[in-house]
Amino acid sequence: MRKRKQIEEAIFMFLLRVSTYSLIAILAFIIVIIFVKGFGALNPDMVLKTPKGGFYYGGEGGVLNAIVGSLYIAVGASVIAIVLGAPAALYINVHLVRHKRTRNVIRYLLDALWGIPSIVYGAFGFTLMLFLGMNASLIAGIVVVALLITPIVVRTFDEVLSTIPIGLHEASLALGSTNTEMAFKVLFKQGLPGFITAVLLGFGRGIGDAASVLFTAGYTDLIPTALDEPAATLPLAIFFQLGSPIPEVRERAFAAAAILTIIILIISLSARILSKRYSRSNIR
Amino acid sequence: MIPYIIPSEGTNDLGHDSDLSLRGNGSQPVVRVKNLNVFAGEHHILKNINLEIPRNKITVLLGPSGCGKTTLLKCMNKLTDLYKELKVSGSIYIDDDDILNAQGYIPEIRQRMGLLSQRPFPLPMSIFRNVSYGIKLKGISDKKLIAHNVEKYLREVGLWEEVKDRLNQPATSLSIGQQQRLCLARGLAVKPHIILADEPTSALDPISSKIIENLFKELKKNYTIILVTHVLRQAVRLADNVVFMYYGEIIEQGPPERLFNEPATEKLKEYIYEGN
Repeated sequence: MRKRKQIEEAIFMFLLRVSTYSLIAILAFIIVIIFVKGFGALNPDMVLKTPKGGFYYGGEGGVLNAIVGSLYIAVGASVIAIVLGAPAALYINVHLVRHKRTRNVIRYLLDALWGIPSIVYGAFGFTLMLFLGMNASLIAGIVVVALLITPIVVRTFDEVLSTIPIGLHEASLALGSTNTEMAFKVLFKQGLPGFITAVLLGFGRGIGDAASVLFTAGYTDLIPTALDEPAATLPLAIFFQLGSPIPEVRERAFAAAAILTIIILIISLSARILSKRYSRSNIR
Repeated sequence: MIPYIIPSEGTNDLGHDSDLSLRGNGSQPVVRVKNLNVFAGEHHILKNINLEIPRNKITVLLGPSGCGKTTLLKCMNKLTDLYKELKVSGSIYIDDDDILNAQGYIPEIRQRMGLLSQRPFPLPMSIFRNVSYGIKLKGISDKKLIAHNVEKYLREVGLWEEVKDRLNQPATSLSIGQQQRLCLARGLAVKPHIILADEPTSALDPISSKIIENLFKELKKNYTIILVTHVLRQAVRLADNVVFMYYGEIIEQGPPERLFNEPATEKLKEYIYEGN
């Protein structure tokens, strides 16, 4: 019996190890492939210059337009997601505490929004733009990406808030807090590390999405200087260059992918550092 | 908003609510529970509770786990609002305000009661800000006055000397026993006249428990303490008035000498027997 349990334990431990390390191996494999394939094109020009004439045929320039466009869209969308997302998640966890059915319906709808493919958001944004007579623009890209990432921010933050012990709610209310004071002065602070993670998760999704910005933000070789100008994004820069028959251009696509990966890795690392910093005061 | 005491000249002391007329007559009960019923779905948790809590005494709500002691305590400051499944009816008068059917502002009524939970729940902020939080909620913004009162209430719970050099550190850096005393200081800082303590020593080691118990003995001079416990010995050590509960009902109540020496009901006799 003991022998059998030991063998079972060894097999399951092996399977758990394989699952965990295979995921890390896949991530490492992706990064290695991207960097190896794009290494030849990774140079200062790539991040410091916009595309020059003939760039898409192997000419000079870089993808600064797409880096800046992506950051504009992802930062703008994240700001909207924060403004809409934090109060929504707090509302669900504070004011709807006695309305379980309403709360569940809202959560279900947010989950459904989270699950909608980004191309649908892009199509919705495009329809709205036609209705409003707008052209592809930075603002359209920001709004559509905000719609895409807000459910992610709300639900992630909501999950964090729902794990806060009821004792902390009670402690805060017993001191004479109103529900709103409890929400913003206590629960938000307790959930701040989770909120940072939620926002940066949304940011990562927003900056890496191509379908939602394809019709809405458009594409341009210039850096946008106004909200109604089109904006290039890194995913689309990769998409357009990867389909080129010219090897140098395809190499640049991988270099752009490497830049996007570096941005996302920096964001993930920042999220971890900030979360750790703000969780020091938190009760567990 | 409840008027805050104006500091006397030459001092930054906020004073104490015992000086205020809102405390009412000293001989009148400070809490009166009338026909209180609590249901959780079909389950009748509290059955027609009628109770008067005497002023400046330690009233112990005693009984086995699950008999409704904590629910009764939570009804007193309307924290039952947080539990969707609870349906509460009846009246609980805090002084003359019925908190369950309050026309007034619930947060202000809640500030008349400090809460100490089974395990400490420090707010996610520094030691200093944990105590100043409630003071600021009362509309006080004078930094000197706040700092003075933070020190005053940390001293009152015997924590000042232990934390005075690290007031800006997170409250979670304190030991569990210190956190519980911090929570008591935080509760006292809003100047309640009732302390609701829900098994406040259950998560503490014997030394920290003794400190809290000794604090209660001191604090009852100025506060009414309602203590929930299922520990018979703790009730014997602390109680001025005992309310014995069993399955949502008050079985017996009165001074501890009578209840523990001459229990009138079989249930209490059995509880005392098992407790010993």
